[in-house]
Amino acid sequence: MNRVRKKTKMVPLPSQSIVPERDVAQKPILEVSRLGINFGGLAAVEDFNIAVGPTEISGIIGPNGAGKTTIFNLLTKVYQPTSGAILLDGKDTANMNTVQINQAGIARTFQNIRLFPSLSVEDNVKIGLHNQIGYGMFSGIFRLPRFFSGERRARERAMELLDIFDMTHLASHRAGSLPYGAQRRLELIRALATNPKLLLLDEPAAGMNPSETEELMNNIEKIRDRFQIAIMLIEHDMRLVMGICEGIAVINYGKIIAKGTPEEIQNNPLVIEAYLGKKKGYQPC
Amino acid sequence: MRSLRLRSNIDNLLTYGLVIIAYIVMRILITSGNISSSLQGQLVPITAYIVMAVSLNLTVGVLGELSLGHAGFMSVGAFSGVITATLLTDTIPMTWLRLALALLIGGLIAGIFGFLIGIPVLRLQGDYLAIVTLAFGEIIKNVMNTIYLGYDANGIRISMESANALQLAEDGKVILNGPMGAIGITKLSTFNAGFVLILITLFIVLNLINSRSGRAIKAVRDDKIAAESVGISSWRYRMMAFVTSATLAGAAGALYALNYTTVVARKFDFNTSILVLVFVVLGGMGNIRGSIIAATVLTVLPEVLRAFNEVRMLVYAVILILVMLVRNNLTLRQLFQKIGIKRRNSLANNKEGDDS
Repeated sequence: MNRVRKKTKMVPLPSQSIVPERDVAQKPILEVSRLGINFGGLAAVEDFNIAVGPTEISGIIGPNGAGKTTIFNLLTKVYQPTSGAILLDGKDTANMNTVQINQAGIARTFQNIRLFPSLSVEDNVKIGLHNQIGYGMFSGIFRLPRFFSGERRARERAMELLDIFDMTHLASHRAGSLPYGAQRRLELIRALATNPKLLLLDEPAAGMNPSETEELMNNIEKIRDRFQIAIMLIEHDMRLVMGICEGIAVINYGKIIAKGTPEEIQNNPLVIEAYLGKKKGYQPC
Repeated sequence: MRSLRLRSNIDNLLTYGLVIIAYIVMRILITSGNISSSLQGQLVPITAYIVMAVSLNLTVGVLGELSLGHAGFMSVGAFSGVITATLLTDTIPMTWLRLALALLIGGLIAGIFGFLIGIPVLRLQGDYLAIVTLAFGEIIKNVMNTIYLGYDANGIRISMESANALQLAEDGKVILNGPMGAIGITKLSTFNAGFVLILITLFIVLNLINSRSGRAIKAVRDDKIAAESVGISSWRYRMMAFVTSATLAGAAGALYALNYTTVVARKFDFNTSILVLVFVVLGGMGNIRGSIIAATVLTVLPEVLRAFNEVRMLVYAVILILVMLVRNNLTLRQLFQKIGIKRRNSLANNKEGDDS
């Protein structure tokens, strides 16, 4: 399936009926090779390699401080990698900054929710649509026809996206006044609004109860099926990771210690050691 | 859901309405002669300060960065406006056109200064940005103090030493005389021109805030990292707000300067920057209508307080403190809400019930 993506134009949202093509063997959307960063003398991430299929859901897990969020920050160029290469859809991202990375097709959410709290829910989504509303400062000041058509399309699209996650009734609320779960959903919608090819979710289930996590899992699969994009997530909730991820990478001390399907990971002795510590001989007294 | 946009439209109309009604009232007072000469003399400065306050609100309230050098841009606009108006005296006899061009050129040159100063300043944030803008305001003042500029049949001459170093011919005229400031200005500014400038400023600022660009500026204010993560260049939108703000301040400066026969650079010092900042803070950050009211009241107040003579500035300060206390008093705020005075961010108290 060949979908044309133009950042300056709003393409219609795909309809629900599209059957996902879960072919991980396809040309990967993201290829990372030998990625690394040093903070002073500390190698926070070292020799990180991963390939993500165009509609794959993959997970990164690991103990606290293993370097998971750092990997996301490297992929979105919040930090500049000290070594390695990131290819997005076959294109090298070496010379891109955070803004260009987003325009090239990577969107993300944050571990601590980062919304625009003083703006309305609708405006938060419209910020995500910013680069698809094609009118400039002068059309805005002088209220040229492009302003009205651009704002109308933005509003329609924002409502369409909010509707997918049942949030249209909250559209005029201040984002900062929403309950926690709704804020998480809004951040997800805002990231989706930028029309990404790859969505990075940093601990999407943090602070959620089991039923909310269940809903989130459904939402993540719904996003993949409906938008046909790749999703990469960092998560500590093993039920979520093992339940929806097709490929998992385990990180410890900035290095990949295991990669594979959920079953392979669960039985990997290195992973068990990273989480529970080395097995010591039991000494009866 | 429609209510939010409607409310912001009504809010904007109220702001325009307030300015237009105030203008009409003043016009009636002037024609019927019921206005003191000191207040009449204040009319143009009031309009200039309103434009200053609204433009600074764009930086402080909407962009969320404290700028302490706003008078610097006013100064640049004032002197370039005076130079433009004086040079065009013979070419353009129509005073209104000369004034309009002076405001335009004053604004544009202040905008260019805003861009150049913005390059280093906007690399910073918060307190650091405030300190650096303060320094630039002082630098502009001191540079303006050393410029001598005059013209004669042979063209324009600039010197940094003295008026004599300009070596003007007999028919020559000195426009900028160093620390003496701009001299021999033909008074061009009128209350009507000030009124039009306020309307233009409101049109630009309100429409900018309620557009795609304004949304991006507010997004950068709320969270720079999140804004960049959804593809919004923070540098670009910070610069947009800063330059627009500087441009409008420049036009206000030109209007202000062309109301007098002489203007010195010392007029646009740190105190003026703070004065305008007080207008913005007292009127409420991001609240354009508040800025207009605060600028008007606080410009008129010292004149009204002349009756108190020596303790005048003390009373002024006490009034400022009282207003701040009242604005931040929860009980009083609830009282205001009860009697129907809506607070600007009533969005926060918006419950599901009223978004029909």
